[in-house]
Amino acid sequence: MTLLKVENLSKSFGGLKAVSNLNMEISQGELIGLIGPNGAGKTTAFNLLTGVYEPSEGKIIFQDKNVAGLKPYQVTQKGMARTFQNIRLFADLTVIDNVKIAYHQNTTYSSFGAILRLPSYYRGEQEIEEKAMQLLKIFKLEDKAQEVAKNLPYGEQRRLEIARALATQPKLLLLDEPAAGMNPQETHDLMELIRWIRKEFELTILLIEHDMSLVMGVCERIYVLDYGTIIAHGTPAEIKSNPKVIEAYLGEEVV
Amino acid sequence: MSRWINSKNIFILIALLAIYGLVQGMTLTDTLPPFYRLNLILICIYIILATSLNLINGITGQFSIGHAGFMAIGAYISAIITVKLHGPLLLGLIAGAIVSAIAGFLIGLPTLRLKGDYLAIATLGLGEIVRIIFLNIEYVGGASGFSVPKTITWTWAFWLMVISVLVIRNFINSTHGRACISIRENEIAAEAMGINTTKYKVLAFTIGAFFAGLAGGIYANYMYIIQPMTFSFLKSFDILVMVVLGGLGSLTGSILGAIFMTTIGAVLASLSEWRLVITALLLVVMMLFRPTGLMGTKEFSLNFLKGKKG
Repeated sequence: MTLLKVENLSKSFGGLKAVSNLNMEISQGELIGLIGPNGAGKTTAFNLLTGVYEPSEGKIIFQDKNVAGLKPYQVTQKGMARTFQNIRLFADLTVIDNVKIAYHQNTTYSSFGAILRLPSYYRGEQEIEEKAMQLLKIFKLEDKAQEVAKNLPYGEQRRLEIARALATQPKLLLLDEPAAGMNPQETHDLMELIRWIRKEFELTILLIEHDMSLVMGVCERIYVLDYGTIIAHGTPAEIKSNPKVIEAYLGEEVV
Repeated sequence: MSRWINSKNIFILIALLAIYGLVQGMTLTDTLPPFYRLNLILICIYIILATSLNLINGITGQFSIGHAGFMAIGAYISAIITVKLHGPLLLGLIAGAIVSAIAGFLIGLPTLRLKGDYLAIATLGLGEIVRIIFLNIEYVGGASGFSVPKTITWTWAFWLMVISVLVIRNFINSTHGRACISIRENEIAAEAMGINTTKYKVLAFTIGAFFAGLAGGIYANYMYIIQPMTFSFLKSFDILVMVVLGGLGSLTGSILGAIFMTTIGAVLASLSEWRLVITALLLVVMMLFRPTGLMGTKEFSLNFLKGKKG
């Protein structure tokens, strides 16, 4: 079943076409990679999908509904969550508060319930607390629940960002360079984690990555983006031997 | 209800009753000089103003400096109801707060699209516009002022202050308050977490305006006379200083800031020309040694009284 279908998606900034005629189709449960040289438009594509930018043209069909032009919070509420290339945690808040904030949209008590401290408030808060702790346990962060997020080591900040995205209970998770700045061991652990959360949370994952060992290792299909258009897509093996991809990455072959 | 009964809350309740009882007793036996009574009531008014401004500036991170404008709306509306329409005091206070909240909502909707300095300038201007409007309405006395009989007592001021702080605190310690805090921390990430940032900015602004209006109403019905000049941008700055001094993002900090600044004002009342100099010096020293304010974003906590769990 198709979860996400992107049709002729384009975005120009003035005269610059950052993304042009992007087409993609992702089925439920797939783990897809989006790669491309620097400046190819990968993050712009993410920003278009998640509503940070409004597309100049094209459609984004997510769960049979067009989500192009929706605000970021509406896209998240429809079930698409993301992490950021440059980590965007709530840096001065505790680890658990970071996760609790992400449960906001699934909290049912109203402002009045909170102000009057109705039973619904206590029920809701207890539920959030329990769910957040469970999630932290999965990400091995439960011991650090009360620490301030900015004091975590880099790798744990990345993990926390993924945990926070999962707390919005998404169908599709977009990871923007999750392994950036990680050492090979951390990258390896991350690969395991990504595989595991996909199974555990029945997720579909689309990830941008520069680390080829990670992309080739976990992704089932790969889209290659260059100058804002898809120049190739296929299995990791197909991508590795695709002359167009090699050209985009290494330049034309000189004989 | 059983969740409300723990040693911490009982301690707070006893402390509040003790403060209230002490002042009320001294008022009834006439042992409290009027000057002290005035300043104690002013402290209550400023606590409401500072905590409500902190909800906008400190908690939600939207830098507004037009709080005196909302205070003016509450003051004039409540005075119109109690004086011109001979309505009961409580109705006047509530109506003032509600009209102020409506104004906050209408003003917040367009201005909260602005960020940082621009929002500060816009709110500063709006506060002045409100003042100028009242200045030019003859019905409420124009520049010469609007006489309002004194009907606010210590009991009114104190318990309205307690209720206001409690409401703001309960709002902050909930998923809705966390949504506001997330906007302050990182607006883009907050949106990505499914939080309607526009809604929560406007909500915080509206609640802040509501309580500023309430404080204005208390002020109007205590001070015998209200004049547009009372609600100039200097008043907005007074409130802002309390919030910054106490710590942006800390409610207990705002309470301390309000008590501290009002007390300083009272102590220096006899050297009025030096008051601004000394408060300015205090602020400079504060910014040098503790730029986050007395409390930072932390709260003064009595959790140790709660025991192990509960």
